Amino acid sequence: MNAFATEFRRDLAIWARHGAETMNPIAFFALAAFLLGLGLGQSTSRLDDAAGGALWVLALFANVLAVEGLFSRDREDGSLEQLLLHGKPLFAALLGKVAAHWIVSGLPIAALSPLVALLVDLPPSGMYVLALTLLLGTPTLALVGAIGAALVAGTGRGGLLVALLVMPLYVPTLLFGSGAAMTALGGGDPSAELLWLAALLALSITLAPFGIGAALRVGQEY
Amino acid sequence: MGKATEWFRRTFHRMGSPRWFFAGSRGWMLGLYLVGGTLIAIGSAWGLGFAPTDRLQGDSYRILYVHVPAAHLAEAVYVAIAIAGAVHLVWRMKMADLAIAAAAPVGMTLTAAALATGYIWGIPTWGTGWVWDARTTSMLVLLFLYFGLIALRQAVPRADRAALAVSVLAIVGVVNIPIIKYSVDWFTTLHQPASIRIGERPSIDPSMLWPLAVNALGYYLFLVGVVIAALRAKIIEREAKADWVRTWVQTR
Repeated sequence: MNAFATEFRRDLAIWARHGAETMNPIAFFALAAFLLGLGLGQSTSRLDDAAGGALWVLALFANVLAVEGLFSRDREDGSLEQLLLHGKPLFAALLGKVAAHWIVSGLPIAALSPLVALLVDLPPSGMYVLALTLLLGTPTLALVGAIGAALVAGTGRGGLLVALLVMPLYVPTLLFGSGAAMTALGGGDPSAELLWLAALLALSITLAPFGIGAALRVGQEY
Repeated sequence: MGKATEWFRRTFHRMGSPRWFFAGSRGWMLGLYLVGGTLIAIGSAWGLGFAPTDRLQGDSYRILYVHVPAAHLAEAVYVAIAIAGAVHLVWRMKMADLAIAAAAPVGMTLTAAALATGYIWGIPTWGTGWVWDARTTSMLVLLFLYFGLIALRQAVPRADRAALAVSVLAIVGVVNIPIIKYSVDWFTTLHQPASIRIGERPSIDPSMLWPLAVNALGYYLFLVGVVIAALRAKIIEREAKADWVRTWVQTR
């Protein structure tokens, strides 16, 4: 637990010193939703019940873009190497890193999604369920995405490659996330999908850090 | 230790040597081509020419004799790649990685073939080529997973490091395949109205099943032959600086 707390606090402190940068994911999300509404000819009614799914896809893109650089700063200044060498439990340390990353990238998107949903005229019934699914789904996206980010950390190419590697793995989260939002918009009870999202989150908390660790060890030697 | 285990141990260790594999595999490759090719010829002629016409689908169902083996193999190859990835990570066996490099494009081609034949088959039977059905969707995801494996290998400059990264990705992918499959399955059955019931094929008649079985076996054997051929090419490429490769090239 100690390793978790250390990494968590350290990464949050670093983020806090890069104030403006922490706004990027949520700014991207809002901008993309704005473009979506604009691209559809300003007639948001055309989105109807598809709006929940559309916002989920945008949140997913925001996540891919944010997670890509998760390890790059630590790699540049050598602290990633120290993390792998220092002998404290890597599992907990990596979980702390991803948790701090999620506080900056996933949580704001989930928290502000009701506001962004106004842009695409999402009815209130769907709004809160959308926020809840994002709250449950974005940590899974961050954990799985971190595996991809770790794999390409040393290659010097990010962006598209990380997206190509991790987006197929995002399929279950996207399906249940947008599914819950659409069920709620249709007047149904989305609790089954929400439980599935929670199950995926539990699974990725227990498994993904091993994948991230293995990928980082490999990437350290590129 | 028994004789069988001793034999297995020796073979396993020899398989780990690119040189030994290269020297010994030509015969296997040709044999697999021959047997697999013959079985495919028999199975295809039987399935296309002699198996009865389907009552509902007419002759269009005959694409099954290509579609089913391709789809089966596409998934089997991914699982094999993940196993090779685990072997590579644990024992750092160079041959396991070369096998991944050889098999990934083959698996990707098979996935594309399964999707293409499925699309062609869907037009007369479902009225549309693409549906967001559980099977088609998870097959498309599999295609993207293959893309990822191939793209990652290209992105890492050093071959041995690329090999480790690809191994990790293959294992991560195979853990995800059942999750993706079940989520897509659950999702589509929940949301797609029962317009077309796919996946619940009526049990197939033996007169149609036998040619399929022959064809599938032929595809399996032929595929192993193709992978061995690709593996031999990878060995020559990777070991280009070794003396035995030079002598081999010069004596040709």
